[in-house]
Amino acid sequence: MAELTRMQTDDVAMGPPAGLRGVAADFASDQRAFKNVSWGKAMMWIFLLSDTFIFGCFLLAYMTARMSTPVPWPNPSEVFALNIGGQEVPLILIAIMTFILISSSGTMAMAVNFGYRRERGKTAALLLLTAALGATFVGMQAFEWTKLITEGVRPWENPWGAAQFGSSFFMITGFHGTHVTFGVIFLLVTARKVWRGDFDTGQRGFFTSRRGSYENVEIMGLYWHFVDLVWVFIFAFFYLW
Amino acid sequence: MAQAQAHSGQQHPIRLYLVVWGLLFVLSTFSYLVDYLGIQGYPRWTLIIVFMMLKAGLIVAIFMHMAWERLALVYAILLPPLLVLVFVAMMASESHYTIFTRLAFLGGAGP
Repeated sequence: MAELTRMQTDDVAMGPPAGLRGVAADFASDQRAFKNVSWGKAMMWIFLLSDTFIFGCFLLAYMTARMSTPVPWPNPSEVFALNIGGQEVPLILIAIMTFILISSSGTMAMAVNFGYRRERGKTAALLLLTAALGATFVGMQAFEWTKLITEGVRPWENPWGAAQFGSSFFMITGFHGTHVTFGVIFLLVTARKVWRGDFDTGQRGFFTSRRGSYENVEIMGLYWHFVDLVWVFIFAFFYLW
Repeated sequence: MAQAQAHSGQQHPIRLYLVVWGLLFVLSTFSYLVDYLGIQGYPRWTLIIVFMMLKAGLIVAIFMHMAWERLALVYAILLPPLLVLVFVAMMASESHYTIFTRLAFLGGAGP
């Protein structure tokens, strides 16, 4: 008890203890664990953690399918090659998609930054640019799906090898594309709110009835960067491996 | 208002974001080159993993501001995904058994 009181007074007097001791103090406190983190940001992080497990399981299923089949796996380098000027360039479409998504992450980070500087116009413009890049990504993914489907890739068969290639491909890229699509919709909603000045006046949200602030742009950004993060893993494990 | 005060901490120079953006472009180019140059076997897998982890680290630490968050949140979010590695080990072992049975009893037939 004396120990506890001492720790509480310490916390007030000198700030939280450093390192692991601070983590223990935060989790052992009887108010809330994530002290200086708003509920919105904490909940977005917890949602992203759950989404990590979903994508983790998809990639695991893909790994299991690929490791356990005696049929050779189709070579993604050839499958995703594009014929440019009479020459087969390996994986080029996927590389361009990667650069587009990274650029959209860059513009998103800038939008968050300008939001905290309360530059409404620049923030809204950067959010719209991020949405445009995201939509371009989904468009290129639709092109890729169309190309593969016309070449005969189905969830149950494909012309080049192990049948599980198709099901893994459609499941993983489809789920990721859905995330990007919803991200684009949320980006447009956030851009409209920024443009209207909702975060300057502290307008109440439509769903949550809570006052908005420019932190909403950062929370939107967490989701968008996560979508980019997942693509980093998909690019490495599905397309490059 | 107190909230806005607390988060003025997430104000970082724009230059930092531009540098990370540039690094991500360079690392992605390297990942692509691994395939373009046709590097195979263990060097390929090592390079893929290294570039992947560097990119993921930059995105989480800088773009998602994890480098400046309180340690309790960092551990709560970043440690649980490591448990997926246990699942990976289990499924890898299971896959070895599956392919063994397919080769031994189905003569390499099967899906």
